[in-house]
This record gives sequence, C-alpha cells and structure tokens, in this order.
Amino acid sequence: MIIKNKELTDEMFLPAKSRNSTEQISRPANTYWQDVWRRFRKNKAAFTGLILITLILLLAIFGPYANHYGYDEQNLSRANLPPKIPILERFPWIGFNGVDINGVDKYEESKVTGYYWFGTDNLGRDLWTRIWKGTRISLYIAFLAATIDLIIGVAYGGISAYYGGRIDNMMQRIIEVLVGIPHLIVVILLILVLQPGIISITLAMVITGWVGMARIVRGQVLKLKEHEYILASKTLGAKNTRMIWKHLIPNSMGPIIITTMFTIPTAIFTEAFLSFIGLGLQPPIASLGTLINDGYKLLRIYPHMLAFSAIIISLIMISFNLVGDGLRDALDPKMRK
Amino acid sequence: MEKILDVKNLQVSFDTYAGEVKAVRGVSFHLNKGETLAIVGESGSGKSVTSKSLMKLIPNPPGRITSGEILFDGKNLVTLTEKQMQNIRGSDISMIFQDPMTSLNPTMTIGKQIMESIIKHQKLPKKKAKDKTIEILEMVGIPDAVKRISNYPHQFSGGMRQRVVIAMAISCNPKILIADEPTTALDVTIQSQILELLKNLQKKMETSIIFITHDLGVVANIADRVAVMYAGKIVEIGTVNEIFYNPQHPYTWGLLGAMPNVNYRGEELITIPGTPPDLLNPPTGDAFAARNQYALEIDFRFEPPMFKVSDTHYAATWLLHEKAPKVILPESLNKPGLSLSNEKSKESLMKKTDKRQKLLEIKNLKQYFRTGNKQFLKAVDGLSFDIYKGETFGLVGESGCGKSTTGRTISRIYNATDGEILYNNESIFGKKSDSESQKLNQKIQMIFQDPYSSLNPRLTVADIIAEGMDIHELYMNKKERMERVYELLETVGLNREHANRYPHEFSGGQRQRIGIARALAVNPEFIIADEPISALDVSIQAQVVNLLKRLQKEKGLTYLFIAHDLSMVKYISDRIGVMYKGRIVELAESDELYQNPLHPYTKSLLSAIPIPDPKTEHTRKRIKFDEKLSRNGEEEEPVLREVKKGHWVACSEQEYLKINNKDSEVISIYGV
Repeated sequence: MIIKNKELTDEMFLPAKSRNSTEQISRPANTYWQDVWRRFRKNKAAFTGLILITLILLLAIFGPYANHYGYDEQNLSRANLPPKIPILERFPWIGFNGVDINGVDKYEESKVTGYYWFGTDNLGRDLWTRIWKGTRISLYIAFLAATIDLIIGVAYGGISAYYGGRIDNMMQRIIEVLVGIPHLIVVILLILVLQPGIISITLAMVITGWVGMARIVRGQVLKLKEHEYILASKTLGAKNTRMIWKHLIPNSMGPIIITTMFTIPTAIFTEAFLSFIGLGLQPPIASLGTLINDGYKLLRIYPHMLAFSAIIISLIMISFNLVGDGLRDALDPKMRK
Repeated sequence: MEKILDVKNLQVSFDTYAGEVKAVRGVSFHLNKGETLAIVGESGSGKSVTSKSLMKLIPNPPGRITSGEILFDGKNLVTLTEKQMQNIRGSDISMIFQDPMTSLNPTMTIGKQIMESIIKHQKLPKKKAKDKTIEILEMVGIPDAVKRISNYPHQFSGGMRQRVVIAMAISCNPKILIADEPTTALDVTIQSQILELLKNLQKKMETSIIFITHDLGVVANIADRVAVMYAGKIVEIGTVNEIFYNPQHPYTWGLLGAMPNVNYRGEELITIPGTPPDLLNPPTGDAFAARNQYALEIDFRFEPPMFKVSDTHYAATWLLHEKAPKVILPESLNKPGLSLSNEKSKESLMKKTDKRQKLLEIKNLKQYFRTGNKQFLKAVDGLSFDIYKGETFGLVGESGCGKSTTGRTISRIYNATDGEILYNNESIFGKKSDSESQKLNQKIQMIFQDPYSSLNPRLTVADIIAEGMDIHELYMNKKERMERVYELLETVGLNREHANRYPHEFSGGQRQRIGIARALAVNPEFIIADEPISALDVSIQAQVVNLLKRLQKEKGLTYLFIAHDLSMVKYISDRIGVMYKGRIVELAESDELYQNPLHPYTKSLLSAIPIPDPKTEHTRKRIKFDEKLSRNGEEEEPVLREVKKGHWVACSEQEYLKINNKDSEVISIYGV
C-alpha cells in the first residue's frame, strides 16, 4: 500500500483517543451445546440422518393408527396382496397398483376393495400396521438396551476409574471374564432358559453389552482425573459427589452420547438377528427381525413382504450411524475455529 | 554480504470453518550467508508458519501460500513441485523442531534415522554413511557415538535427543538451518548447552540459521539480526544491537520491557495490554494500534510502511514519519543502568524478616511414588524450609526436581510419605474434623500451570470462580454470589460481561487470571503458584506477574512461587530456594542468591539464564555442574547449613568451615 504524503494530514498524527477495550471478546456467547448444534447442522449427512430418525420414530408411533386394520387381524381371503396406494396406483411402473410380479391384479382376483399400502402377508395381515408395530418394538428394545447399558456402564466405569487402585484392578478383571465368554452362547442360553420375549431379549443383550460403555467411561475419567481443574476443585475442598456430577460426568458426556448412538443400531441388529434365527419374539408380536424372517421365505413370489421391512431396518441403521459420526465430529472441541 | 535466501511479500492463509485466516500477511526479509536471523513474536504472530512455508511444510489443505516469492539458489521455492521440494528439504534447507520427544521415530535406532537422509541425499554407500553418522554424532557432542548409534530414542535424555535431532538436521551440510523453538521444551542449563552447540556448528559449517523463539534472552545470545513479528507481519527488523539498544516499534518496546532483567528490581513490569488480534478479520490500519499506548489516529486508518532507520534497521510504525510527534523511549528499557534500587530493597527486606512470623514450616518432607513392586520414585526427599507471613518464596529447579510435587503436597493433593508440614504451627496432615479440613482448604489455595486444562470447559466463568464459594457456602443468596464474582473479575482485570462466557473463548493469559480469581474467591492467606506463567507469552507473563504482585500488596497474601524461569522468580520473590533432586541445595534472599551463589548447582543455573542484553550475553561464561566431579568422593552427606544470616547451603562440615573462614566472598567451594 503506497500512500502519498499529501494524503497524510497533520491531525492524523495526533495521539489516538482510546478505542474499545482490548479485553473485549468479539465472539458471540455460545454455550457448549449451542456450538455442538451449530457444527452438527453444518454436517449435511448427519442432519439428514437426524431427520430420517425423527420421521421413522413418528411413523413407528403413529403409523399403526393410520388405518383400521389390526396387526394380528388374520383373514385368509385377502392373503398375499401386493401393495396398493390410492393415487399412486395410477402409475403402474411404481408398483403400488396391486399387481403382482406375474401381472395379475390380486385385488380384483380376491375381490378386495380396500387399500393395503404395504400389501398383506400370507395370513392376510396388513403389513403397514405390522411393519410400524414391528419398528416400534425394535426401537423400544434398542432404546431400553442402550439406556440400561448407559446406566450400568457409566456407573461401573466411573467408579472403577475414580477410585482406582485395587478397586479398579478387581473391577477390570470382572469385565475381562465377561468379555471372555462368547456373546452368542450367553444370549442363546439365556433365551432358552427364560421364555423368548421382549424382556429376555433385552436382558440377553444387556448382560454383556455394557462392557463397552464401561471401558469408554473409565478411559475418559482416568484422563480427566489428571486435569488441573479437578485438582483445583480438590484444593478448594470439593467432595466426591460434586467432583463427579459437576466435573467428571459433564466432561465425559461427548463419548457417552456417541457410544450410545452406536449401541442403538447394534441392538436393533442383534434383535433382528435373534428373531431371524428363531430365538426372538414369538408370533403374533412383530419386530423388524420376525418380519424379515417371514418375508424371505416368499421372496421369489411376493418380494414386497421382505422389501419394506428390509428398507426400514437399513434406513435405521444408516441414519443412526450417520448421526453418531456427525455427533463425534460436532462434540470434538478441536474442530472449533 | 551474500544473500542466500530472499523472501518477498510472502502471504499464507488457512481455510477454516469460519473463513480464511491470514496467518502471514506480506512478510519480506532476506538471509545472509553464515548469519543467524532470529524471528521473535508472541504465539500466533505467524513466526512458525513463516518458517514452515519456507520449506513448504504447511499442510495443504487447509493452508496455502497465496502469494509471494521465496528465492533460494536462483529458484523460486513457491513454484516448485512437491518432488523438487523433497530434494531441497534435508539437503539444502533443514529444520529442527521444538519437541525432541516427538521429532524422532521411537521405533528406529538413531543411527538409522540419521543415515536415512545421508543415503538419500548424498548417495553414499551404507558403510560410508555409517562412518559419517558417527562423525556427526561426535560433532554434536554425543559421547561414545560408536555405541550409541544403535540406541533407540527413548534411551536418550531430552537434551541428548535434541542433539540427535540437530545431528539429523545437519547431516547433509544444509545451507540453511531452520530452528523452530529448539530450546523451549528444555531446561535452562540444557538450553545453554544447545545454544552453544548451534553456535559452534555454525562456525564450522558456515550454515545460515533462522532461529524462531519467543525468548528474548535466547535471541540476545545467538542472533546476528532480529525480525520482530506481530499479527503475521514483520514490524521491525535490524541487527541484534539495533533491536535491543535502539528499538523503534512500540511492540518491540513492550516485548523488551516485559522481560524482567535479573539485574533489575523495579516496581512493575511493562505490559502490553490486551491480546493479539483475530486474524480472521484483521483490523484496518496497524494491527498493533489497539494495544499501543502511543497509537496515533492514522494507525487506525492506514497500515504503516517500513520506515528506514539505518541501512540494516527498518521498522513499520507511523511514529517514524516526519510529521509524527516525538515519543521518548520508555525509561525502564534502559534497564541495565536502573539497578539502583537494589540496595535499598535488600536492607528493608532483611529487617522485615526478623519480625515476621512463620506461616508455613516444612520439616524433612518426603514424598515417594510407587513405580513398581518395592520400587519408589523419590520425588521429594528430605525437604525443609519455612515460609514467613507476607513474603513470596520462590522455588526453582529443573524439571523432575520435585518442585511441583512439593506444591501439591502442601495443598494436600498428595499425602506426604514422611515428614511434617506445619501451617500456623498446626500440622496439616493427620486426623482432622470436616470443618478443620475445610478451613485449611480455604486458607491454602493453588494456581495451576496450564491455563487450558485448569478450567472446566463445561462451566461458565461465573460458576468456575464461584466454585469455592459454593463449597464453603460463603454467600447468603444468588445476588451476593454474582456481586462477588463481578468484584473478583474486576480485581483481575476482566469485565463483568465475561461472567457468562465459557473458558474456550478466552486467551491463555485471561484464563490464567480467571484461575487466580477462583483462588481468591475463598479469601485465602497462602497461595501456591505452580509455574503460573510458564505456558504464557512474555507480554502476557508480565500482566499475570504484575497482578500477583498487586494482589499481594492489597490483600497481604503469602506466595509460594514455583517456576523454572529464574529471571521471573528473581523479580517476584523475596527469598528463593533452589531445589535439586528432591532437596533444597541453597536458600537465600533473592538478591543475595543472585549476587553470591555458593552451591555449584546454583551457579550453573544462574549462569545459564539467557539475559535480554546482547553485550552481557556475548561475554559471559557458562558454568557446568557435574555432581560426581564436585563431590569428588567425599563420604559425608551434605546438610543444609546457615553460612550467613538467611543464607543456607547444602554442604559438608569441611566446606562449611571453609566458607566461614573466607567470610562471604564469592568463592568456589567445590573446586569447580
């Protein structure tokens, strides 16, 4: 930048009046969670995942009430109907016009006048109702399992790391023993002993599932224990409860949330897997796993029976993983600029 | 002189979430053959980025060189491809990094690591490369190089590792050596050795060195020319004498004034108020204007060009313009001549100590840590000293000598293995009721070293400061609590509006002041400051030290000031204890200790402090301390003895008599 001498007037060389204080901070006052939300929104994939999860949750809650068919209402006269949706039926290429893969209009053949949005199964049950009922149960099991994991894991890992020494040593050995037993065997044995059902499946998943959370919380607390603000709190005379609730837990929140976010899809998948091999929920209760199990037998003839439940379970898995990834990035303070 | 490197209008930017950060904004300088150019400035001033872009080591993305030229050997480095740069890196230009712990590969022997670049660049056969490696290792002063060549990095100490790093850097006879804070992570005595080594190597090999540092003492020691950087620009450049004895830029004045000189004991250090600007939106005009007490109106409108002071000396400040008012250099910059107040303060101190009562008595304190079965790390091993009411007791020593452990034991973070600590004649250990224990917690407070890990990132500043008040229930209602928080914020020089903010929004110095406010909140009598300034920039250090001094005067606090920066300790402390291997080896009033050190370890420490004064720095001699040598086989365990009023030294009976016979002359008692 070249400035001509003429442009420089004398008053420019007067001592400057004091400007704003130099201690001012220009950044807006954001809380930690506001910052996290701001970063999370910028991540398009994760945000799409969040919208999908919300949508699926809403459908799982309200979907079954959208028509008047019950989830266990059998009627063989309307069995194996392909999906048919008003308005969309006018565009045959989408496949929602009630015509099966052989080109036969099943609705006309069985003289059914109603609409079955996702079709019906081999017992004539409405799949729309069953699928959303099933999603609801799958999600319920997943959230229940994740919450129990969270509670046991945080408590166990936290105690183990905070008290340390001999207590830590013993608690870690117990975890190692638990991890050493093959997961599937524990689950199968447990379900054989208890009757298959929502509670026993959840229990089976939780019995070893919390170990991961406990290890993560332990690592986090061990790291935080070395931080000087913990020491500062100690020199101020803080008690254990204060230390844990004010300092340790809030600062471990990030990893805890992320781990939970990844536990949920795993739990859904485990449930589906158990149902698929016949150890899961018993009919007439539906879950995504049992629906897939029923659907795959007739895959060649009636692909719609498998397609919808498979798509929904995939969407749930993908969106939870996307949100989990997005949260991990958003919660990492190093990303802040 | 022959120019070896010419940098013209270099600009480097980083693309971040928030936008483009202009880290380097038009830097021009040149480097002559065989000289040392020091680049100084606060953190974030762009000195490291500048040096890294010379080697094109800026990670891309997010960083990129937006414009400018780097002329080296007739080539413009900016336009070279990555492949061509690889040939230059290591052979023509090489670099030494700050941390010797992370700049060596822990899974390779040091020999292999050095040979790697020799084989690549000089195309020597393996056998010859090995001979050369041994030769270089001997050159950088690694004893027994033939054997040590097959050692792994973890088998070397910090100083030795930095020597290995230097050996790696010079293995191909580079024309330019870039040293990015090579001594910051090292103890003073090691630092002085490394500086010596670099100077010798330069003489032998005629390398040009670009030396990046924030320590002006080091600059005075090693540099031929100095460039002062601020907010991505060079604000002043000149020979070392010009910069130190005739500085023109107000920022340079601030930097020089903020360094306490060992030979000076003034009332207050000069500080540069505020913090460096946000380079996301650099201010219009002079970036330094907002912090400059001599700012002119024009500073806020136009950027100053480089004004010529002499052929080698340029400065970018409007103060040098013909129309500008004449500003006289701040007085205290001529520090060497200002050590008059010495005598007075010393006498008054002596008088005071007689009347003072002991606040803290430490008797034969031992603190061991279990490292394995029946193995103990003796961090503190038989430590005894007293602290009087209202004084500042400085505790110095190298890393690992147990000074931080001492502080933490006093604040009862650790339980002492053995020994006694009396606070107001009452032991702080042993069985205590809850209320007694809480009272003690309230009276003894601590300020921590790392401003980034000492504040809980999830709490607002108000909650952080009020934590102690919450614990001890020092307020009646919410309103009183907030009032007290506001009052404390203002005491430490922050605004009330800061109360609802979170720690990550503050700079290091501001965070440290929040930490001080937290300690003050419970009205303590005694504060342990554990290296409170070692993580801060020089200008910010001065802010914190001035604050601590002011608070002491206002509230009658007693400090235990733990540090390894001897010049700062000397400035702030009334009495100083020198620690070595878990014990005190010498204890005296600070002036007495600096003028008349008796223990050889103290002497070596003192001689190693770099002083921001090129003339003294070029003439002084370093004293090396070797424990084995100085003790030369004497059986007797040295004990702390008072050789003079208030001056204690760890020595044997014989030595004690010797010192007493010769009275208090400056003598060497160990034959060093």
